[in-house]
Amino acid sequence: MSNNKSWPLWEVFIRSKHGLSHKHVGSLHATDADMAIENARDVYTRRMEGVSIWVVESKDITASDPKLNDAMFEPAADKVYRHPTFYILPDELKHM
Amino acid sequence: MNNSRLDYILHLADNGLILAQRLGDWCGHGPILEQDIALTNIALDVLGQARYFYQYAAEVDGQSKSEDHYAYFRGERDFKNYLLLEQPNGDWAHTIMRQFFYDNFMQLAYTGLLSSKDQQIAAIASKAIKEVEYHLKYSSEWVIRMGDGTEESHDRVQIAANSLWEFTGEFFVPTDYDNEMASQGIAPNLGSLKNDWELRVKEIFAEATLQVPQATWFQSGGKTGLHSENLGFLLADLQYLQRTYPGNNW
Repeated sequence: MSNNKSWPLWEVFIRSKHGLSHKHVGSLHATDADMAIENARDVYTRRMEGVSIWVVESKDITASDPKLNDAMFEPAADKVYRHPTFYILPDELKHM
Repeated sequence: MNNSRLDYILHLADNGLILAQRLGDWCGHGPILEQDIALTNIALDVLGQARYFYQYAAEVDGQSKSEDHYAYFRGERDFKNYLLLEQPNGDWAHTIMRQFFYDNFMQLAYTGLLSSKDQQIAAIASKAIKEVEYHLKYSSEWVIRMGDGTEESHDRVQIAANSLWEFTGEFFVPTDYDNEMASQGIAPNLGSLKNDWELRVKEIFAEATLQVPQATWFQSGGKTGLHSENLGFLLADLQYLQRTYPGNNW
């Protein structure tokens, strides 16, 4: 097989039969979106892992930089007032 | 007529077995990992269909034989698969073209078999139709990709179409058992499938910028046990172990 430059990398997300959201399960090479979906079906749903597939070219995903994790996420750790835990709910409210 | 029905069921089973054996040869040799898995998945699907048909054949035959008997202990003259399926894999274009011609036909055949008067055949068809629709999508798209691809891929897939074309006539020429099955409402009339098959070839080839071969002479005989020399070698590989150690299992 020649160069993989012409076979871009795609990230695969699968939603299982009992799930509500698509989860990232891995990646694969394909030349186009149709092939990416079929490859994902062949490679990642062989054992009935899912009922819905999303594929996205890896180049279209922007990820946060792990080196900036402290700056990005630490400050939220000690701001308890952002959580909705101080409301007193009346008994009449059944579905909150 | 039990003999005709048995022959027809074995024909359906043999197609799956021989194609699965051919596709299995690609295992570990695919051009890229994902396609290796795609082809072997298809092989498993058609082998699964073959097993259902062999199990049903054993029942209809009524001689307490197992599915393995039909797969491992029959010789070339007993096999009723299409000549197309025993052709060598060749390159990727060849394998894909063989697959496309067969998938195109089986999608029509299984659709017809959904209303078979034989309940078991209809049941197997209702399962197989979902598999073959995926196979047809897969092989059609690959024909288009290669036809409308690079100069090399276009040439290779055109050559594949030209050299496999002579094996596609066999789909539509009925044997005695085909005629018997059609008259009993167990199988569709083969002639009625020809137009749709040709239409889809025209459609896919047009998008693939390929020429539909115009030759009108076709090979035949596979369905009645008259095979190319390929089948002997294929069966030797497939059957050697079981014939050498009969009854052996994992």
